[in-house]
Amino acid sequence: MEKLYKFLKYMFIILWTVFIVAPFLWAISTSFKDFQSVNSKVTYIPWLDFEPTLEGWRVLIKSPARGGVDIVEPYFNSLFVTCTASLISIVLGTLAAYALSRFTFKAGFVRNNDITFFFISQRIMPPIVLSIPFFIFLSTIGLLDSLIGLVVVYIVLLMPIAVWIMVDFFNRVPKELDETALIDGCNPYQAFYKVVLPNSIPGLIVAGMFCIIFGWIDFFFAFILTFTEVQLLPVKVVALNSSITPWWSLSASALISVAPLIIVAFVVERYLSKGNLSGALK
Amino acid sequence: MNLVAKHLTYKPDDQYHLNDVSFNFEKGGLYTILGRTLSGKTTLLKTIAGLLNPDSGNINFEDKNFSKVPVWERNVAMVYQQFINYPHLSVYENISFPLKQRKLNEENIKKNVEDALKTVGLVGFENRKIQELSGGQQQRVALARSLAKKAKILLLDEPLVNLDYKLREQLREEFKTIFNEGLANETILIYSTTDPQEVMELNGEVIVLDEGKVLQTGPAKDIFENPINLKVAEISNDPPMNIINGLKIDGKITFENINIKLPKHLSQLDNKNYNFGIRSSEIKLSDSGEEFEIELAEISGSETLLHLKRGSTKVIALIEEVMNFKIHEKVKVVFNSDKFYVFAEDGKLISSPFRIKNG
Repeated sequence: MEKLYKFLKYMFIILWTVFIVAPFLWAISTSFKDFQSVNSKVTYIPWLDFEPTLEGWRVLIKSPARGGVDIVEPYFNSLFVTCTASLISIVLGTLAAYALSRFTFKAGFVRNNDITFFFISQRIMPPIVLSIPFFIFLSTIGLLDSLIGLVVVYIVLLMPIAVWIMVDFFNRVPKELDETALIDGCNPYQAFYKVVLPNSIPGLIVAGMFCIIFGWIDFFFAFILTFTEVQLLPVKVVALNSSITPWWSLSASALISVAPLIIVAFVVERYLSKGNLSGALK
Repeated sequence: MNLVAKHLTYKPDDQYHLNDVSFNFEKGGLYTILGRTLSGKTTLLKTIAGLLNPDSGNINFEDKNFSKVPVWERNVAMVYQQFINYPHLSVYENISFPLKQRKLNEENIKKNVEDALKTVGLVGFENRKIQELSGGQQQRVALARSLAKKAKILLLDEPLVNLDYKLREQLREEFKTIFNEGLANETILIYSTTDPQEVMELNGEVIVLDEGKVLQTGPAKDIFENPINLKVAEISNDPPMNIINGLKIDGKITFENINIKLPKHLSQLDNKNYNFGIRSSEIKLSDSGEEFEIELAEISGSETLLHLKRGSTKVIALIEEVMNFKIHEKVKVVFNSDKFYVFAEDGKLISSPFRIKNG
């Protein structure tokens, strides 16, 4: 019984690993192929099956004038917009979440939970509802098709996530911890950044991870709110597709699009394995 | 130059957490607040610390109005019943945290921390992480942090309640020496607990609190010997004092067909119904006693608690050895009538074995 269980367990893990890793292997191998190797017959192993070429990768950095697509600039645009919006969202969201978790607000019938729900409700409605208001808003203040405009929009999208995660996190940090800090001579601001914040790093990492992921993968708003001046990576990758599907450069761009998320996952995993995400506060 | 509270009232919802609480704590004194869970003990301590603002009433300390002083400038220290320390700091950093906030110099901090660690018996633990410590050790760190501060007011909110039995006994013993050695002379120590035994052992001035109201104040011995009413008698005894509704007729006390010869200290009592109070330890097993049915037998430590029933009268007897009983078994017990308390029907103390009041 024990052995059977172990066998099934490992079988499942192996199958799952294949399921996860196979698309990556496929993409890596495809990104080094040319038109011939993709379309003639099924091939997997470079040099044996097909002659590897860097053409798929070269296209990505060549300027359009020379027949490339140049995703370098969109790549850094995406990095800038995602990181800036995530950072601002985390800072503002954490402050808001702390206030919502610790202080009691009363305004008419509005209570803390209503305010928290208001933040979350921004993510409940389908994004398309927001597209026209965002478009009109950005064009009115002249930030359409600009990095700053995108950052503003992404803050609106990401901050609810940060608030949501951090409210939940702060609610689980005992109030007595703040009180002890106050008693030990901290004013409320010091209590927050000297005691509460250092003990909230796990929550900040999780919130940051979600912000980065949701910011990085957004296609919809990047597509609607930009035209020619500024382009973000997801839009550019989709634009690669033309009458002949360029599998090689699509694979290459998919790989470098996923790369930042993989790095994020590894960083978080390191914290997870150190046990820092749980048990810091009992 | 004392800590004086006048008419503190706090009623955040339907219930009073503090109901007209007044006191006068003197410097260097040890005060215990005795009350059951939710009686307002923590609220009172938090009010003194400044974490809560009472709805009305005020607190003066050293002749200054305390209510205008924010928590972080009050120079108080507090130990919670949960083991609250700073999880991101080591033991040394935890204890030095309040000292650094006060901007003491490095040498001073080091000396204070070392003294405090010595007092609570944690020398050598300086670099440990909080999570690596046991509950008892965590609470010692919290205690050391509040001692090192040398605060003028030290608040301990049920510091032993979350510890296991053995550790509680041990720390309770140590508290006496810790409080003698570790405290500055002028510190006001305020200790809240649900456990009457802790109150008796600490032997300070006691405030008995119930539903936010002060029921009785006085030295521990006084509370124990002369609880002013039934409620205090219940709160200040563990197990709670047994209350028997009985009739006093010429020369005897009767209840449930039991006749007990009237003890000397009750000779002046009028003939009528009273609530007689007797501590569990004054009810003994004896073959010459009266028959009771066992409802429940609990063994705690080296003692056995017998929950007994006869008619509508229920009492708890404390037997000082471990014995096995069957439920519904009949046992015979005698009451030590010399230790009878007498309470009026409305709960007021009429007579105690230690002092006779005019009935």
